[in-house]
Amino acid sequence: MGIDRRDFIKIAGLSTLLGLGGKSALELLRPGQVEAAMEAEPQALKANRWCMVVDMRKLDEQTAKKCREACHKIHNVPDFRNPVDPKLQVSDEEFVRWQVKWIWTDSYDHAFPGETAPHMEEMIEHLQFLLLCNHCDNPPCVRVCPTKATFRREDGIVMMDMHRCIGCRFCMAGCPFGARSFNWRDPRPFIKEENPQYPTREIGVVEKCTFCAERLAKGQMPACVEASQGALSFGDLGDAKSQVRELLRTNFAIRRKPYLGTNPQVYYIV
Amino acid sequence: MEDNQIRNEFGNFAEKPVVPKKLYDFKYIGLGLLIFFALVLSPILPNLGKTVAAPDPKLDTPAIQKLAEKERKCVMPTDYMRANHMQMLVDWREAVVRSKGAGGGPVDDRMFVNPEGKKYLASLSNTCMECHSNKSQFCDQCHNYVAVTPNCWGCHLDREQKVTKAETK
Repeated sequence: MGIDRRDFIKIAGLSTLLGLGGKSALELLRPGQVEAAMEAEPQALKANRWCMVVDMRKLDEQTAKKCREACHKIHNVPDFRNPVDPKLQVSDEEFVRWQVKWIWTDSYDHAFPGETAPHMEEMIEHLQFLLLCNHCDNPPCVRVCPTKATFRREDGIVMMDMHRCIGCRFCMAGCPFGARSFNWRDPRPFIKEENPQYPTREIGVVEKCTFCAERLAKGQMPACVEASQGALSFGDLGDAKSQVRELLRTNFAIRRKPYLGTNPQVYYIV
Repeated sequence: MEDNQIRNEFGNFAEKPVVPKKLYDFKYIGLGLLIFFALVLSPILPNLGKTVAAPDPKLDTPAIQKLAEKERKCVMPTDYMRANHMQMLVDWREAVVRSKGAGGGPVDDRMFVNPEGKKYLASLSNTCMECHSNKSQFCDQCHNYVAVTPNCWGCHLDREQKVTKAETK
């Protein structure tokens, strides 16, 4: 027995092809998919740097409330004022301690400390600013996270991987904007209408706004932007022709605590 | 030298040690042994001779029934899913939450393409649970049988709970 020279060269040639080409060689011999693969959704929105511009001239309290409700509803954010079972009613103190907020409102002197003056325009003093995670370019929460549960995506979104969060709350200490909330207790009894398409959180993890990464992947704008009737604009800061760049070019906009060096990416036109 | 003579550590002949032929205090030892074996066997004895029903995951959910006979298959073959669904879910999780996108771009990979080229949204809540909306009849069947408690359901909502909750209201 044994193989003749002809067969040997055939086998050697094929082995070389497979060895050098690996999987692509298989493709060459038998076209068609060999393995399962992951890919992005075709309609997903892409950007170099996502950012948000809040036009406070257009944002009244009703609209702000609508934005907040839209966000908290689709993301299953618990409302401790409104438990499913009325027996679970929490006290005011507990409400303040436990509340979970992705997007909320606060006054100018709370939102922009250090930039107040004794006498300011009355309108500004009474304005309720819509606040959310600033998706900083230099996010301190990412730097302190020991498990990399929170990380900065290439498009600038500061994302959370709830599967990895161990609830150490370093990020909450790191974030100068109070944009992060800890789940002191199981949120489910406090979610009146659950959105089955989005998970809830568990006791013991930190959560925050994700710029609606799950909606961007589907080609939709963030929920608050959709609900804002034009007061909120969301777009690519890296694209000079984008709407947000146009707004920033033609209006004076401020950011929250820029002097801290985190480079926040939510702009406020006042 | 005779074999049965034993030397002590100084090299002198010593008396052969006397090995008692009797077990002293057998009462107490026996009682101790009894308690020991009772404890050790306590989980085994009650189930002796009994057979635990083999897991029987049910596939008769409305979403699956609605599919045409030919279309009625999972994202991967059944055998593969049975053995590897946990690894697959972990891979999906990494790709959806943390991936940099197929082209290295800044978009997460949320589509799963199976070897047949069919595309599915990689989502436990929205794809798996869409068909397998009967968690207690499907997931829990095997998980309980092999005594594993995956922590998926701490966050991901199973649709079944919602249905039963609405029914009891």
